[in-house]
Amino acid sequence: MKNKSTLLAAPYSVWAIGFILIPLVLVIFYAFTDKTGSFTLDNIIAISESTNLKALGLSVMLSFISTIICLLLAYPLAMILATLGVNQSSFMVFIFILPMWMNFLLRTLAWQTLLEKTGVINSILTFLNLPTLNIINTPSAIVLGMVYNFLPFMVLPIYNTLIKIDSNVINAAKDLGANNIQTFTRVIFPLSLPGVISGITMVFVPALTTFVISDLLGGAKILLIGNVIEQEFKQANNWNAGSGLSFVLMIFIVISIFISNKYDKEGGSIL
Amino acid sequence: MRKVVSLMLSLVLTASLLTGCSDNKTSSNGEVIVYNWGEYIDPEVITQFEEETGIKVIYDEFETNEIMYPKVEAGASQYDVICPSDYMISKMIENDLLQEIDFSKLSNIDQIGSQYMEMSKEFDPENKYSVPYCWGTVGILYNKTMVSSAPTKWADLWNEEYKDNILMQDSVRDAFMVAQKMLGYSMNSTDKDELEQCKNKLIEQKPLVQAYVVDQVRDKMIGNEAAIGVIYSGEAIYTQRENEDLEFVIPEEGTNVWIDSWVIPKNAPNYENALKWIDFMLKPEIALKNFDYITYGTPNDGAKALMDEDLQNNEIAFPDLTKHKGLETYVYLGEDADELYNDLWKDVKSE
Repeated sequence: MKNKSTLLAAPYSVWAIGFILIPLVLVIFYAFTDKTGSFTLDNIIAISESTNLKALGLSVMLSFISTIICLLLAYPLAMILATLGVNQSSFMVFIFILPMWMNFLLRTLAWQTLLEKTGVINSILTFLNLPTLNIINTPSAIVLGMVYNFLPFMVLPIYNTLIKIDSNVINAAKDLGANNIQTFTRVIFPLSLPGVISGITMVFVPALTTFVISDLLGGAKILLIGNVIEQEFKQANNWNAGSGLSFVLMIFIVISIFISNKYDKEGGSIL
Repeated sequence: MRKVVSLMLSLVLTASLLTGCSDNKTSSNGEVIVYNWGEYIDPEVITQFEEETGIKVIYDEFETNEIMYPKVEAGASQYDVICPSDYMISKMIENDLLQEIDFSKLSNIDQIGSQYMEMSKEFDPENKYSVPYCWGTVGILYNKTMVSSAPTKWADLWNEEYKDNILMQDSVRDAFMVAQKMLGYSMNSTDKDELEQCKNKLIEQKPLVQAYVVDQVRDKMIGNEAAIGVIYSGEAIYTQRENEDLEFVIPEEGTNVWIDSWVIPKNAPNYENALKWIDFMLKPEIALKNFDYITYGTPNDGAKALMDEDLQNNEIAFPDLTKHKGLETYVYLGEDADELYNDLWKDVKSE
């Protein structure tokens, strides 16, 4: 019995060591060494350079805004889905997941084509004699791209916790005289909190680290921390500096997960 | 962030797996692993090469010299033949990444015009490491219907009138070159003051810039997205075929004249096949086919002779360089200067 389970776990161990552990160790190694391989803290301290701080601050701000918007959009949607019958809701969830079958890069490129000055949306607006929409290559377009790409990661965990709430609990709340708002704030929302927390983490983290969305929808004019790291690797060929900044970003992510876990007393979250 | 690193690592891993496997594979005449710019060859030419020589082509693409370099330097992915630009070739020579090309095995080398071999000496002083593939200039592409008067100089890219209508190149050297030439400096300057001034100029220009892009200049200009853009001469001919309102001009302050050449890295597993590949690209009819497809100027005189007279006299594909002043080729500036350029560029981008 014991042998069997180690055998079954073997592929995962290989995976975890090869694609999680070794890369992590490499990143940390590069982060704390310079080009000659000797120990240095310069790559970590580099985060305090004004350009890097600015990029990090902007990343935090944009991903925070995106996460809030995602939450505001996702919660009502998840509630609607949860109240639908099984057949209807699985169809709706299917519709919702459908775009994710298409490559993330293509979907973002599609938004570029939609938002461009002479793009699809503006052509329609011009045809209807309405004022045009000029958000391409601005932070708003980046937020739009983030919300669009990461919204399903907010909806699904919330939906999953909502359908698990025992309807007897809600009925009991109503029996005891709670009105709809009280039922929501005192019963439904607290019970769905684990889903909300994992949704927030699953949106905030990829939004914080993205560089593709800012490149494509921001016209490469807005430098997020992901872009800085990408440039260190790809343009400047400085793996040490790139790893150092990645390491700092990882710390940020761990802190953000830690904070969200603090508010999640029910357990069942990411870490 | 782990994503980026693991992506890179998995790329390296898969690449090494691929090359590992390929050693064992025995197709009739072996294979050749080519690393070229994106959309920089007529795909039919690859098939034709495979049919005529029986050599299997493994074809890989890069978007900028800077992306190509670390992959080759790391040595994890072995390529047989690569097509970098001038300054990157001198960097590769300097860092001992290239091996000499046996010119005696290139039966078609005489097709290359002697002036191009001469130009190559700027980065390959003895003509030992590189065989020219394409050449051209960098200039301004503009849409006749969207400008009040035709731009003639780099300074026009600072004209307030074109706010949000300018496309700049999203690569360090090309972006700085524009500012350097406008201010009358060399594009190979390593003078800190000069570069600071260029940086400030680029920051001053940033509010007017619609986007920093590389290959997308082409599509955006064709789609009337912007009025003027900085573009490689080779792309200009293609864009004109697609949108006849577009016009290309070499700015009067001067510009970059570049050459992309085939080189063979030190660790090439199939040296002989690499030579066969280069020789095949030198055939006039093949060079012509590539020209028709990618529209980048060819240094192949044999191919030029086969073209219509119109095309032979095309000022974009084959500019008369004696008519322009301030022309320069990029030179590799060394690691410190590279870092300075990158830092200043980051300042511009984060502004």
